[in-house]
Amino acid sequence: MSLTDKQLERYSRHIILKEIGGKGQQKILNGKVLIIGAGGLGAPAAMYLAAAGVGTIGIVDDDRVDLSNLQRQIIYQTEDVGKKKVFSAAETIKSMNSDVKVIPYAERVDSKNIMDIIHDQDYDFIIDGTDNFPVKFLINDACVFLNKPFSHAGIIRFQGQTMTYLPHQGPCYRCIFETPPPPDVVPTCKQAGVLGVMGGVIGSIQATEALKYILGVGHLLNGYLLIYDALTMTFRKVQINHNEHCTVCGDIPSITTLIDYEISGCSWKRG
Amino acid sequence: MKADNIIDITNVVCPVTFVKLKIELENMKTGKILEVILNEGEPIANIPRSLKDEGHKIIDVTNNDNGTYTLFVKKDGLV
Repeated sequence: MSLTDKQLERYSRHIILKEIGGKGQQKILNGKVLIIGAGGLGAPAAMYLAAAGVGTIGIVDDDRVDLSNLQRQIIYQTEDVGKKKVFSAAETIKSMNSDVKVIPYAERVDSKNIMDIIHDQDYDFIIDGTDNFPVKFLINDACVFLNKPFSHAGIIRFQGQTMTYLPHQGPCYRCIFETPPPPDVVPTCKQAGVLGVMGGVIGSIQATEALKYILGVGHLLNGYLLIYDALTMTFRKVQINHNEHCTVCGDIPSITTLIDYEISGCSWKRG
Repeated sequence: MKADNIIDITNVVCPVTFVKLKIELENMKTGKILEVILNEGEPIANIPRSLKDEGHKIIDVTNNDNGTYTLFVKKDGLV
């Protein structure tokens, strides 16, 4: 399959790059990325991946667009309030770039469906754009079990963090954070607030990691936790080692099946 | 000079000029020669440098005196 003249023009700024070229752009067009959570992180990540021409983008979210989402979830317009997020996001992407096929999953991931969703299109890379710990651990464990790379991220107030998991190449999320904090100990975005642009910065980094993985270029954030503080405008890149005692990816894992941790009552609502 | 392939990029503007050229070179084997016909001005000013940056060798440049130039490029000739 070769690129059309329209594609050569649309992706010209990519193709000119030594690290991409026509072959790299073709890899992007053949790429399959699953975005779990179409919120502050997932919205900008989805848009950049769509603009880049990632051929298949799966989006998982069971929520509807809320007026309070629009301060940061830039894939939605005011008239989308009340619509299912996945379908609204799919419409936006369709009008951005018809090279992209969006697979909407209007459901909440849990231990019963996450494996099927990842298998559905045999996604190359997974982006965790969720707002709660139980699902972050669920995504981590599922990706460890399936040997799938994923980008973790979280944002709150003026802070964000992100790391990339590559199978057998450095730590998983559980190597660092063993178990979810008790429900309601850590505030959610809804309770604590978040500067809208935090999702743009961190979600764009997640999209960058997905593209680099698809292209096979550069160094990813495996083995590091990148921490961003917008108030002081500092990035800290903390080296993290694989934990041989990790309960899911260590030498003798005690976790061998997926776990649905308890989700606190309010944290689920629109983070 | 005998080229293995020929491409005319006088009908497109930057950056599509270089994009088309790059795709053509990607599909050729190392050491093969590509003949390129390009416009004076921006293309002739920029394309030779971009080709060198990517490791291709410019073997010959001819001004055709009709607003176009002809380049002979050896794929990966600088690698």
